Amino acid sequence: MNLETVKLAAENNLWSAIVPELMLGCIALLLLVLEMVLPKKHRVAIADVATAGVFGTLLGVVLNWNVGLNGVETFNGLILHSESGQLMRVFFLLSALMVCLLGRVALARQAMPKVEFYHIVLVVTAAMMLLAQSNHFLMLFVALETLTIGLYILVGYFRTSTASLEASLKYLVMGALSSGLLLFGIVLLYGVGGNAALSAHTANSMHYGELGHFLAANPHNFLASLGVVLVLSGVAFKIGAFPFQIWVPDVYQGAPTPVTAFLAVASKAAGFAVLIGLCGPGGVFAAYNWLTTPVLTVIAAATIIFGNIAALTQHNVKRMIGLSGVSHAGFLLLGVVAAPVAPLALGAIYFYLFAYLLASFSVFGVMVHVAGPDDSDQELDHYAGLAKDSPFLATVLAVGLGSLAGIPPLAGFMGKLLIFIAAYQSGARWLLLIAAAGVVVSIYYYFGWIKAAFFESWAARPEAAGTRPARTPVGAVTGVALGALALASVVLGFYQGPIGAWFTR
Amino acid sequence: MSNLPFDPLLVSIAAPLALALLIALGLPKRWSVMLSYLAFAIPLLLGLHTWWHFSAVPQNQGYAFLTQYETGLGGLGIGLKLGLNGISMPLFAMAGIVGFAAGLYAIQSGAERLKIYLMLLLIMQGGLMGVFASVDVFFLYFFHELALIPTFIMVGVWGGRDRSYAAMKMTIYLTAGAMISLVGLIALYVQSGANSFDLIELKRHLAAQPLAVSVQQNIFGLLLLGFGVLVSLWPFHTWAPLGYGAAPSSNAMLHAGVLKKFGLYGLIQVALPLLPEGMGHWAHPLAWLAVVGNILVVGLITIAQRDLKQMIGYSSVMHMGYAFLGLAAASVLGIGGVVLMMVAHGLSVALMFLLATSVHHRTQTFAMDEMGGLAAKAPVLAAFFVAATFASIGLPGFANFWGELTIFVALWKFSPLITVLAIAGVIISAVYGLRAVASVFFGPASQRMNEVAQAHPPTDLRWAERVPALILLVALLFVGLWPKSLSDPINGALAPKTQTAAR
Repeated sequence: MNLETVKLAAENNLWSAIVPELMLGCIALLLLVLEMVLPKKHRVAIADVATAGVFGTLLGVVLNWNVGLNGVETFNGLILHSESGQLMRVFFLLSALMVCLLGRVALARQAMPKVEFYHIVLVVTAAMMLLAQSNHFLMLFVALETLTIGLYILVGYFRTSTASLEASLKYLVMGALSSGLLLFGIVLLYGVGGNAALSAHTANSMHYGELGHFLAANPHNFLASLGVVLVLSGVAFKIGAFPFQIWVPDVYQGAPTPVTAFLAVASKAAGFAVLIGLCGPGGVFAAYNWLTTPVLTVIAAATIIFGNIAALTQHNVKRMIGLSGVSHAGFLLLGVVAAPVAPLALGAIYFYLFAYLLASFSVFGVMVHVAGPDDSDQELDHYAGLAKDSPFLATVLAVGLGSLAGIPPLAGFMGKLLIFIAAYQSGARWLLLIAAAGVVVSIYYYFGWIKAAFFESWAARPEAAGTRPARTPVGAVTGVALGALALASVVLGFYQGPIGAWFTR
Repeated sequence: MSNLPFDPLLVSIAAPLALALLIALGLPKRWSVMLSYLAFAIPLLLGLHTWWHFSAVPQNQGYAFLTQYETGLGGLGIGLKLGLNGISMPLFAMAGIVGFAAGLYAIQSGAERLKIYLMLLLIMQGGLMGVFASVDVFFLYFFHELALIPTFIMVGVWGGRDRSYAAMKMTIYLTAGAMISLVGLIALYVQSGANSFDLIELKRHLAAQPLAVSVQQNIFGLLLLGFGVLVSLWPFHTWAPLGYGAAPSSNAMLHAGVLKKFGLYGLIQVALPLLPEGMGHWAHPLAWLAVVGNILVVGLITIAQRDLKQMIGYSSVMHMGYAFLGLAAASVLGIGGVVLMMVAHGLSVALMFLLATSVHHRTQTFAMDEMGGLAAKAPVLAAFFVAATFASIGLPGFANFWGELTIFVALWKFSPLITVLAIAGVIISAVYGLRAVASVFFGPASQRMNEVAQAHPPTDLRWAERVPALILLVALLFVGLWPKSLSDPINGALAPKTQTAAR
């Protein structure tokens, strides 16, 4: 590589376009500096700095909603700026904000250094934001590994807890396997795309546009098909889809609750952002829809069935929400299956993701307050009497669970409805019936949780109160955040307004 | 339009929901109760207002009081469109009447945590008014679900025996029914190609380009199954007696009386006009299920019940069989009869649940073997109960008579054999109804009844209980003596061209 090439490459770098990601990185470094320079008694402020930094970045992205760059590639085609990329930036920043808030509650119970938690959360968030905008397999892999490695550490963050360490190890082993699969798939695609014997071959065959062009010219190449399936397998691990979902319950249970929330919401959404870029309308694998649609259909059906049935028997709420998250991945996959045919599907997926974010963080927000010092031990029984002791938390929990279950008038119902309409439009009718049955099954465990929090409470057994861990009282900032999440779930169910119009264009 | 300065339909939905919101935000108990009278009275008054003015109000595309509000999903053809036609108006008014009675009964019941109880009941009332006022199929479904959620919580928290199991069972059955009908509605939406959930628009579109016969039959089957579960079609009825047996009285009144009619209403208002080829295909299986399952089998089970509330629950399942038979007949006469019967049954079953709870207050039990001789101590209660039983058997003078009669007349053309079997069901309902009256109010008091009477001497029906019961009874008699006030609008909606039909 000579100087001329480097210069050419640098001219295409538009640093101002990735200011939010850069800001997160700078704040993350700032946190480490503060840890060194601040006297010990002031170090509690580090969490505030991190939260405020994420909030500021979020405000910046929303206020400077940048439509001018949409459709433009920067950094020599590594990044493609798009409206959906902007949307996912907001999504990941919202998730990070909530994870920081939940982290304050959960970490307060542990004797543990705290600054690294926020540092890693910020770096991982920046990686997710880049991942959602990546336009090149190199960018995809680097961003994906940054976020995955960050999550390995976060999952094992409670290093004195064997459950947390075990979860981290399991996540590492399964994650390494899936990264290997993904990389193998990328390499196959790269190799076959650069094969000079084939038409439309290209030297830059990791670039989405070039590779998509090549695949369109060779729609039935065996090696490319193998690459496509392997890449999909790697992504399926991220979103916890069948048959790569087996790590989910153990890892979700062992990880600190805020990290579980991060995995369940942001990491899953990152996987879907990638999947839409690959298999959505105009995606890289558009010419291989003959292959991806049946594969994803089978995966979606199996994911919905497995997630819901496995969640039925759980008593640990972290495992339950993990497995219910698997079934949500199945519902979202239903949208991805419909996306190439039904124009509604993309908006439906994004709406579903936001509704899922609101509902999930409501539930996780309640979970961190109910959990005791042993973070992996969160049983249904611990919720007995919640409605009596803390009506606020119980209401937030009921709204969150109701929205996850897809009960009107909550946002989760609208998400499911939009996905179902898109699925019917695309003709995936059997899958739709399976999904509808899945919703009915899911009522059993969501309802069981609500029952534990509400029904038993007014006849609460006094002996149960002694065995369950003490609850954390709700702080002002967390309370406002949780209230806002629950309110947003309700309002978006009743009245979607301009947001609904925007998602269903 | 009506001479009101506001939209009566929107206000009747919004008033109970607004008060529920205020209570959720921490309104003091005294204010909650005071305002509850108002929030239950508004739907009643507006329901009666729309009934009274219905024939005088100009109609727009077959609907009176038509208005539309945007909610942000206009791109999908979803909008809050409110209006009443001849089918929905009687049910809208009935929902107002039953809601007011249930509200009054709840306020005097002195339930634990009365504020939250009233809040849930208000959400239910708002949803119910919305169900019958919606012209948009999406909101029809949406309001039904909104009204359904409080049921689960109320059964689970304030319920009687087996409340936890009953709440879970109801939730799963009703969600299953709702999901199946949702899939059917989505199928209808996409297949129609109208890109609209608006009933008027769907009707216009499908009249111009009807769906293929097999598609109509399949979608109709889905809707029939889904709505059927919600209306306790045999053999998917087992949630109903269990749930009503456990539900607190006001909740049972609103659910059995009004909310359960949603499934029938959906079939009449959505499935029959939009999928005209569907009913013919399913009529015979449906009619046999209804007559053998709902009427004869469940009827015999009802006779065997020894628990008063469970018996009423089973009897309401049985009466739904007549409604399905009217639908199977699929004539203007039959469907008109079903609508009339839905109104009548809503009023009478609500009255029965109310009185059963009042009986329970005086006997401390629902077991009919452990009662007896209550008429001597509570003659007014006995008189109400006898009247309610006569209404529910279908004696002339009460609204139920006209509903069942028109259904039988319509059914004769469909199948004389089924008609004969269905009429045999009336005898069954007379048997269990009169036996209940006899064992609760007449005959010698049981040993246990004497003990209870000594501890708490039973008083007669208090005024706070009498007023809601009287409202329901007056409404039953009014429709029974002057059915034309409802049958004219119903006929107008079912057969706009012909003026002679069900009377």
